[in-house]
Amino acid sequence: MAAPSLFPLIAAGALAPLMQSVIIRTKSVVAGRAGQPLMQPYWDIWKLLHKGAVYSHTTSWIFQMGPVVGLASVVFALTLLPFGGFPSLSAFSGDLVVFAYLIALGRFFTVLAALDTGSSFEGMGASREVTFSAFTEPALFLALAALARQTGQLSLSLLLAAVSPGAWSHAAPMLSLTLGALMIVFLAENARMPVDDPTTHLELTMIHEVMVLDHSGPDFAMIQYGAALKMWLFATIIIAVAAPWRSGNRWVDTAVGLMGMLILGIATGLVESTMARLRLLRVPQLLLVAIVLSALALAF
Amino acid sequence: MMMQLINPILVLLVLSGFMLLGSSRLATCIRSVAFQGVLLGLLAISMQSGQLTISGVLLPITTAVVKGFLLPWLLSRAMREADTVREVEPLISYNLSIISGAVVLALALWLGERLQLPSQLPSSLLVPAALFTSLVGMIVIVSRRKALTQVVGYLALENGVYAFGAAAALRLPVLVELGILLDVFVGVFVMGIAIFHISREFDHIDTDKLVALTDRPR
Repeated sequence: MAAPSLFPLIAAGALAPLMQSVIIRTKSVVAGRAGQPLMQPYWDIWKLLHKGAVYSHTTSWIFQMGPVVGLASVVFALTLLPFGGFPSLSAFSGDLVVFAYLIALGRFFTVLAALDTGSSFEGMGASREVTFSAFTEPALFLALAALARQTGQLSLSLLLAAVSPGAWSHAAPMLSLTLGALMIVFLAENARMPVDDPTTHLELTMIHEVMVLDHSGPDFAMIQYGAALKMWLFATIIIAVAAPWRSGNRWVDTAVGLMGMLILGIATGLVESTMARLRLLRVPQLLLVAIVLSALALAF
Repeated sequence: MMMQLINPILVLLVLSGFMLLGSSRLATCIRSVAFQGVLLGLLAISMQSGQLTISGVLLPITTAVVKGFLLPWLLSRAMREADTVREVEPLISYNLSIISGAVVLALALWLGERLQLPSQLPSSLLVPAALFTSLVGMIVIVSRRKALTQVVGYLALENGVYAFGAAAALRLPVLVELGILLDVFVGVFVMGIAIFHISREFDHIDTDKLVALTDRPR
């Protein structure tokens, strides 16, 4: 095990909003628009940080804790993930369970903050978020369990390092099933298209956006930044499974990882441009498919 | 090389079973069964070890053509004539169908381990995948209302039986295999015609309403 490195964390912190920008740019290009500047998400966060926050009288400290815990849990989860050739900041046996629960913790506080506002809209969004995450969590757990069973490792760093072209040659079906499940979880967890429309502001269809309607200023900046980091988190796992080439040179591996991020961003943009949002009642079916895929991967 | 193809084919077979369970569009159901047919042809070819014989290649190709193209074409025609696009309101919801599919898969994997087979199999997944496909066919037959979907379920059942035959590695005589294929073809052909007549007579192909066709006063 190599010495812990801060690099994965720094790369995620610096580049995560850029990945969202790539998705937005892809959608603009497909729709025939010029699109916003690539640095726009950074400016948005910068602008929000300089605004004041407005708190409703009905809210309590939980409302202010929501964004903080949301961001902190994602950052903690990021410390468990390696990136490119660089090892993660911390790794221990069983940290994949911690990883899944950190994401759940962040979601739990976002939901609590939404409920704290007392707004019926936010309650609706919270209920949807929890309903769908009840499906994505088993899918994520089963997918991680399948990878753990295949590689015989219980630590995310070792597990992702153990996925290699050699593993692909003798366990291709299992790995591609896991990848399919992770891809659906990626789209669902980050409120992307077939599940949720990130650009919508029509309250009947919103899931994630509706929960953060009442946050403003620095709180909203934290939520947006946390969302970008969360997407980076899932993307890192997907790329580590999908593109397991290791050259030995850290910078070459990092370049491969960044290429993967770019490709995944463009792919997500293309999915969003070509697919319509699923009807709310059909979403559990898609997520059930993710569970079945990962259960299948575990069985094989 | 050929042997390495077996596992991916079986995984695709299982996935197409789930596609059949989860889709409400009849066209998608028919397509997934057609896909299974092509997969079975590929499976039968890749199961053969050593020298490829002419009958060993021609038979799977015939199977793939009949199951993958001819029968789906017949069914699509029946679908157009009966003027039905979707299975509306199945007896078991699609979510529940997928869950029961997962349960059946677990059952198939468990059974596949227990079952004593006379010959050594190239893949431990063969028997579970075959059992799963037949059981999915059974679920579809039991839980759907439209006669057409039930025919599709019957085809999936037959696909599972064929895959099991491949698993048992029984070198059936060419005549017997051709005979089975002909039986299935005629069966689906007759069912297609029957569906057409039912839909012309009753304006729909919902089978559960056929219960009303009784002499007894209700």
